[in-house]
Amino acid sequence: MKIEEIVQALGLDVKCAKDCLDREVTGGYTGDLLSDVMGNSKAGYIWITRQVHQNIVAVASLKEHSAIILINSSQPTAETMEKAEAEKIPIMVSDLPAFEISGKIYNLLTAKS
Amino acid sequence: MPVAETNPNLYSGSFIIEGGNFNSAGIVSTSIKSTLKKLGIPGDIVRKAAIVSYEAEINVVSYAKKGVVTLTVEPGIVRIEVADEGPGIPNIDLAMQEGYSTADQRIREMGFGAGMGLCNIKNYSDAFHIESEVGKGTRLKMTITTP
Ligand SMILES: Nc1ncnc2c1ncn2[C@@H]1O[C@H](COP(=O)(O)OP(=O)(O)OP(=O)(O)O)[C@@H](O)[C@H]1O
Ligand SMILES: [Mg+2]
Repeated sequence: MKIEEIVQALGLDVKCAKDCLDREVTGGYTGDLLSDVMGNSKAGYIWITRQVHQNIVAVASLKEHSAIILINSSQPTAETMEKAEAEKIPIMVSDLPAFEISGKIYNLLTAKS
Repeated sequence: MPVAETNPNLYSGSFIIEGGNFNSAGIVSTSIKSTLKKLGIPGDIVRKAAIVSYEAEINVVSYAKKGVVTLTVEPGIVRIEVADEGPGIPNIDLAMQEGYSTADQRIREMGFGAGMGLCNIKNYSDAFHIESEVGKGTRLKMTITTP
């Protein structure tokens, strides 16, 4: 499933790298501890987190995540947006908490395949 | 072939990490990743090297004053060495335990301090060596090999 389809289905607010939404999402990982995400997520995953600091872009880029979703209407910092644009990592904002957005994405990804 | 027997370095270079600067944290690992990609190293090796170098870089930024990363690529082998000037690690066995962390509040607020970084380094490298001297610094040596 493409990022674009998840954005449409869940009404996510796309903050940056809007031209990179045709990427394939191969799975997802939810976490706020960067080393946990580093160790346990995989390339192509969509990463769901409450962290907004620019370090999330380096993690997503090094791990080749498809995109980042910020929960509870958390807003990325200006530096985060700038870096994400440069590294071509889409960041989307959801007003839902981690549990709910993760569940919805899980359902979308498993229904499709 | 005689060419293979000389075992030439495909690449050798070093990168400086600035301790304490979380705004530039990740730049060195990003450079290492793109260097390996350009050399045509297989994707799974590049991804392992990215994880290993990122965790080592963040530890230098979090705990030390300055660090130097040396990247050496030989056919089938990627070597990453990270040496820092810093407080050193008094008890390496303890530091290697998952969940052990001395990270302060500021570091934890950014999502670091799970006590998993050194475990990730160990798990994602094929050979790992760590040595440290209190008051001087820490040196990590990681090797990733193509299967
Ligand atoms: N380069 C270093 N210099 C001094 N102390 C270090 C260094 N690297 C690690 N340590 C010590 O070892 C502990 C464990 O390191 P590790 O990377 O496993 O976890 P962490 O940095 O605390 O959290 P995480 O990496 O999960 O964000 C650190 O909290 C710190 O006390
Ligand atoms: Mg660490």
